[in-house]
Amino acid sequence: MAEIILVSALVLAAVALVMGLYRLIAGPCTVTRAIALDLLTLITIPLLVGAAVWAGRAVYVDVALVYGILAFLGVLALARYLEKGI
Amino acid sequence: MADILPIIGALVVLAGAVFMVLAAIGIIRMPDPYNRIQAGTKASTLGVVLALIGLGIYDLDLLPKLIVIALFVLITNPLSSHALARAAHAAGVPLADETVRDELAATRAPEAPEAILEETTS
Repeated sequence: MAEIILVSALVLAAVALVMGLYRLIAGPCTVTRAIALDLLTLITIPLLVGAAVWAGRAVYVDVALVYGILAFLGVLALARYLEKGI
Repeated sequence: MADILPIIGALVVLAGAVFMVLAAIGIIRMPDPYNRIQAGTKASTLGVVLALIGLGIYDLDLLPKLIVIALFVLITNPLSSHALARAAHAAGVPLADETVRDELAATRAPEAPEAILEETTS
């Protein structure tokens, strides 16, 4: 019972990922693509933790933490580039 | 008691996933980048925090580390979205036609460079 609900929730999160991917590809401007990329990286974090729970490997949780830190730094770098250039 | 805990956790994860889908719908539907940021950030922050806490309830061994990740997301995601919105505004990305008030208009660049601005609103 609990596993069915958990897997359906993760599938729903993957649907959100695909919808964000549409906005990333369709654009239409650079800022919108950056926003979509931010959303995609954010949704990927619980999916990685879900993979950790599903596969029974606690190491993937550390992967999710490092991924979140790197995504945050990436978005900040992108914002700085858009504002002032390199 | 031990049986009901994974079901509660899975239901919390489901609620978080619903908020993530709402954030994605907001990003697709909204007219200009500022509306997309405000629709996407709040819903996705709540959704991700709910999903992480729910996964922690589902698997109690992972709960402390997941609380750390949830706090990290709760602090950094509004920060990065704020930086992005401010950068877009300073670079001169145009607002939607329905916008009624722009309090940062004085700090705005006169026009956006070509690379950033190709049909901003759709």
